[in-house]
Amino acid sequence: MSIDTRPEARPAQPVNRPRPAVARRRRTWGNPLAGLGSLVWLVLVIVPLYTLVSSSLMHQDEALNGDPLAFPTNPTLDNYRTVLDSGFSTMLTNTAIVAVATVAIVLVLAVPVAYVAVRTRSRLSGLAFRTFLLGVAIPAQAVIVPLYLLISKMGLYDSLPAIILPTAAFAMPVAVLILSGTMRDVSEEMYEAMALDGASPLRMLWQLAIPMSKAGISTVAIYTALQAWNGFLFPLILTQSEENRVLTLGLFNFMSQFGVNIPAVLAAIVLSVVPIFAVYLVARKALVNGLMGVGGK
Amino acid sequence: MPHVSSYTKVRGGRKAAAGNVGRPPVAWALPGIVFFALFAIVPLAIAVYLSFCHWDGLNSPTSVGTANWTRLFKDPEFRQAAWLSLLLTTISWAFQTPVALLLGVWAAGRQRSRAVLSAVFFVPLLLSTTAIAMLFHALLDPNFGVIKEIGPWFGIDPNVLGSSTGALLTVAFVGGWQFMPFHTLIYQGGTRQIPQVLYQAAEIDGAGMFRQFFHITLPQLRNTITTSSVLMIVGSLTYFDTVLIMTKGGPGTDTTVLPYLMYRTGFQTYDLGYAAAIATALVVVATALSLILVRFSGFGNMRSTREGM
Repeated sequence: MSIDTRPEARPAQPVNRPRPAVARRRRTWGNPLAGLGSLVWLVLVIVPLYTLVSSSLMHQDEALNGDPLAFPTNPTLDNYRTVLDSGFSTMLTNTAIVAVATVAIVLVLAVPVAYVAVRTRSRLSGLAFRTFLLGVAIPAQAVIVPLYLLISKMGLYDSLPAIILPTAAFAMPVAVLILSGTMRDVSEEMYEAMALDGASPLRMLWQLAIPMSKAGISTVAIYTALQAWNGFLFPLILTQSEENRVLTLGLFNFMSQFGVNIPAVLAAIVLSVVPIFAVYLVARKALVNGLMGVGGK
Repeated sequence: MPHVSSYTKVRGGRKAAAGNVGRPPVAWALPGIVFFALFAIVPLAIAVYLSFCHWDGLNSPTSVGTANWTRLFKDPEFRQAAWLSLLLTTISWAFQTPVALLLGVWAAGRQRSRAVLSAVFFVPLLLSTTAIAMLFHALLDPNFGVIKEIGPWFGIDPNVLGSSTGALLTVAFVGGWQFMPFHTLIYQGGTRQIPQVLYQAAEIDGAGMFRQFFHITLPQLRNTITTSSVLMIVGSLTYFDTVLIMTKGGPGTDTTVLPYLMYRTGFQTYDLGYAAAIATALVVVATALSLILVRFSGFGNMRSTREGM
């Protein structure tokens, strides 16, 4: 695993000049407790990941009888072959479709909502914003029974839209929250300047608000894509057939299908991470900085 | 609406124009609101309606009055599930918040080593809940898993998923393992937004590391703590994949938390009306907890930061 080890990009720092001195000072005294804690956590993160990869390369009898922490004595890719031969590519394609469609829907719908929430003073927009704020607290499980009814009535049961539509809806609140957070930072003077030039609201959105909130938009895209990639409940309840199976559900099925063939199960897990891990390697900074902003200010 | 603003522009001179022109019509928010309502709010209302019905998923729902609700309040399984959900949420929050907070504050420093470590910490976030639950299911297999090697070092019985306390703690731990990077990032971002001037002032006043942490970092992170806690609480109240995959609600019913009970009732025994009642109870608890938290911390006032609008 080669991980990009370049230091973080420095986000905008309001006070730049005196900062290094303080940072150095704090480093010298250090924070031994947090440092030690982070080392412990590092072990807790690495051991499972190491076992995941190393056991997925073992022959089955070695994985079952040997020391699970040892290196594979005789590494094999058979497990990966087994998984790839059992419909993995369909699931991968389905998951990618779900993720891309969900992100598209969320961006198209959430950007105007956030823009209105930030730019309009009406009572109604405030109410809408609060509804979305509360929407963060609505668990998907709470509505899964009616969604089952709704999706069936719409004739969408066991189709990819059955996964996409609710997933997008449930990603909306956080999206609106993040987007309104970034859009709020666009200064009022810029809007005023554009207004004096006679720009329409649409032009202001398109040429000012959206370009200025690129960071928030990429955060939303990433967060939503991860949600869609991760989704399990909606696919479990709202789809059925093999042709509409997404990765998470496929993994779950592998578990019963392969039984005690633990190396094959682990290989399936590794394969399911590969695409998103590739994205991570390419877009690590955007990903990390984006998610960092979710907490708001 | 747009007509009004252009009209004001013509009549009201520069100042008024700057105030009103270019504000988007509220209607722009409608598609998003309608979409969200259709798949989240309306189903919530239907869930409440279905909780007063008997429905097997095939025939039409038939009204049964308050039968599901009287049953709910008497049902020992529901009571246990509600208790387990609250317990799991409390454990998860108490375990994740301090660790994520400390890791986040620590990672907010800019040294190279921290960047490397942060990159490693981040990896669990790339795995789906399903993948993580399956991974730990394999690791904790008492016969084949790593636990049979490592467990005894720490005095842990390898059959940890077979004991009721062990299973619940494991679910909490696995949830934490997955979401810790996310919350760490939130805290890292929050910490980096604290103005350095505050620390400089504290240094001049001779405040040490601990005083700085408790008097600057923690209070400044108040909103971040709220956001993270709301997400954490709603998240752990709804642990489902982890439970389904790792314990199937067992041993016995000792990890049958509310979402799993709802799933079992609704989609395994097809008692969807009663499942809707459980789901409604779940949303009441989640919303109540979030509201309390938001009110308690004044997070709802975030709109007041919109200066000059």
